[in-house]
Amino acid sequence: MPAHSQLLADLRCSLAEARQRSGRSAIGQVTFGLPALDEPLGGGITRAALHEVYAAGTVDLAAATGFSVGLAIRAAQTRPILWVRQDFIDAETGRLHPPGLVELGFDPSRILLVRARDAQGVLRAGAEAARCAALGAVLIEPWGEPRQLDLTASRRLALAAEASGVMTVLLRASSRRDASAARTRWRVSALPSQALESNAPGNPAFSLRLLRHRGGLAEREWRVEWDRDRQSFQEPSAFQEQSVFPARAASTETFPDAAPLSRSVVSFPADRPAAAGAQDSGLRQAG
Amino acid sequence: MVETQGNALRLVGCDANAARLGLTRGLTLADARARIPDLVAVEADSHADERLIDRLAAFCDRFTPLVTLDPPHGLLLDITGCAHLFGGEAALLALIAGYLHRGGLAHRAAIMGTPEAAHALSRFGAGGIVPVGDDESAIAPLPVAALEIGAEAVLALSRAGLKTVGDLADRPSSALSARFGEGLAVRLRRTLGREDARITPLRPPPACMVERHFAEPLLDMAGLEEVVVRLITDAGRVLEQRGEGGRAFEISFFRSDGAVRRLLIETGRPSRDVKAILRLYRERIEALADPLDPGFGFDAVRLAVPVCEPLNVHQPSLDGRAVEDEAVADLVDRLVTRFGRDRVLRFVAQDSHDPRREAKAVPAVAPIAARVAWPAPEPNGPPSRPIQLFEPPQPIETLAQVPDGPPLRFRWRRVLHEIARAEGPERIAPEWWRDGPSEPTRDYYRVEDAQGRRFWLFRAGLYEREEGPPRWFLHGLFA
Repeated sequence: MPAHSQLLADLRCSLAEARQRSGRSAIGQVTFGLPALDEPLGGGITRAALHEVYAAGTVDLAAATGFSVGLAIRAAQTRPILWVRQDFIDAETGRLHPPGLVELGFDPSRILLVRARDAQGVLRAGAEAARCAALGAVLIEPWGEPRQLDLTASRRLALAAEASGVMTVLLRASSRRDASAARTRWRVSALPSQALESNAPGNPAFSLRLLRHRGGLAEREWRVEWDRDRQSFQEPSAFQEQSVFPARAASTETFPDAAPLSRSVVSFPADRPAAAGAQDSGLRQAG
Repeated sequence: MVETQGNALRLVGCDANAARLGLTRGLTLADARARIPDLVAVEADSHADERLIDRLAAFCDRFTPLVTLDPPHGLLLDITGCAHLFGGEAALLALIAGYLHRGGLAHRAAIMGTPEAAHALSRFGAGGIVPVGDDESAIAPLPVAALEIGAEAVLALSRAGLKTVGDLADRPSSALSARFGEGLAVRLRRTLGREDARITPLRPPPACMVERHFAEPLLDMAGLEEVVVRLITDAGRVLEQRGEGGRAFEISFFRSDGAVRRLLIETGRPSRDVKAILRLYRERIEALADPLDPGFGFDAVRLAVPVCEPLNVHQPSLDGRAVEDEAVADLVDRLVTRFGRDRVLRFVAQDSHDPRREAKAVPAVAPIAARVAWPAPEPNGPPSRPIQLFEPPQPIETLAQVPDGPPLRFRWRRVLHEIARAEGPERIAPEWWRDGPSEPTRDYYRVEDAQGRRFWLFRAGLYEREEGPPRWFLHGLFA
């Protein structure tokens, strides 16, 4: 047995060296390119892991998608990205529009899109893809709250991602916070952008909330913008935004889910402040 | 069997009993009923007949890959070089006859040198096996109708006293073609075996094919996989000798009751790797909606490689890049096998300015046609195209401040969005050469609501210039 373990250790070493030579960063982290985010997270999020991105509501799914694409771009570098999508999403939030991906700084020719009929197929294709070390990132997009996506399924994805070293992102539009084996969980909602000349909408901006972090980081909120030219997240300048929407900015600080219109789609309990506290403890247990 | 021909119900087919009672094809049903009052008449169903013949053609595939239909109600098999595998022509004929008889089908078969001769002998003669060289003597006593030349020509020939094929055989063909056209002369030559034309098989013969026949029907699924492994190994050896790899593999399972099940496996690049193909095969079997049913067992299994491409073995480069490409291609093959060809896609840019046609998703395993470059985004600008696009666009209710400005607020899916920021219009004219002239012009606006959601709206039609009030649509969502 000791001879075996020695051999295995040697093999692991040579594998690690080979991986380093092939250009993949030896340190398995994906950075956001934004110190305000990277530093508290300890230099970024783990590459070889499963991460969950929740859209705050169905209307915010586009923002969550944009955020995931940004993450995938930073994780994949020049490798292909595999995107698994359930058919129903196309009808509900529109199909993927490659020119829009170009506008975010990603070459759509590098995307492999797998369209699955049901959640079962989505998870199956996702697990299959997460095992393939040659991919840059895997985006898995099931619709709603499928029964099949339980702790076992997410653990399967997480193990596959850990073994292959491919960042796997589970993108969801759901209000339920199931137990899962994900390393981090984010909630993304759209954020008013920094207006350009003549009040035109500016760069994509997101309001991120870290709902859960395996490293023990407490729940936090950030506001970020995606910069296509640097392929990096950056900080939006808050002043301009506040001058345009003082009311909105204030409400976000204190009461993140109370914004009108959109949140009505998501079924949150009526006793909002109490539920927010309960949510925290629930997530801790899930880990 | 009756069918409406003209204004009368006529007999189009009768069984042996009816034939013994003197009924013939073409008789009206009324006449037949007058002769035999308790005649059982059934409406002819030509579609069902066709389906049966198609199934028979698939069944006959196990004897030779070259099978074609010989309408009406006929099949032609090119058994050149196949008969000895079944113990000679007589044995093969007996084998097929046995199958057909057990299936309750009456038939007549002939084995001859050319397809036309076999057609003539089986339909107008007694059928049977005609040794090589005896074609002319076997065909000669048949009526001229056996040449399938049409009723008029048959009538004209019989008026001239030419009643059998033999009567025509010795005539100079120039005189015949002058009177009846070249078609008759050609048909005559082919029927007499003086000229040979191959049949066009229903299923084009594959570039490479290996098969296994079993003495006893095979029931065991594990044993079946072993057979498939051996077939793949054999095919791999054949392909290796040619320096080729297969892009598609078709495995046909011939069941002893005549049913044929075919499985197609496609690969993204040429391959002859037994392990990889076997993995795809297992994936395919597992993904089947209705599993492979051995029934009373399989008679034969065939592996055909319809698409081959040159495959050169190369040493993997040291940087591992090629190995990674290879790994991705393997993954694509596995996904294609499980989910189907049209579910694993790749985006290609299209040469169009219409947002609906700017990009297309094509199967990842399809060959890449001429590549169009993606339009480069404007530096330092925000995205001008949405990340998600609705097809068709979603109608919205709007309130606009000025007729040709962006709306103040709009309602989409029963939710009201107050617009805080807007940019536009970006006018996109329809492609009249594709859409026709009635497609309205679209004025696109990039808008952002008070919560920061970014939308792509458009107004279809211009005020005053185009008819009807302009309507608003939501076409896409920005990140």
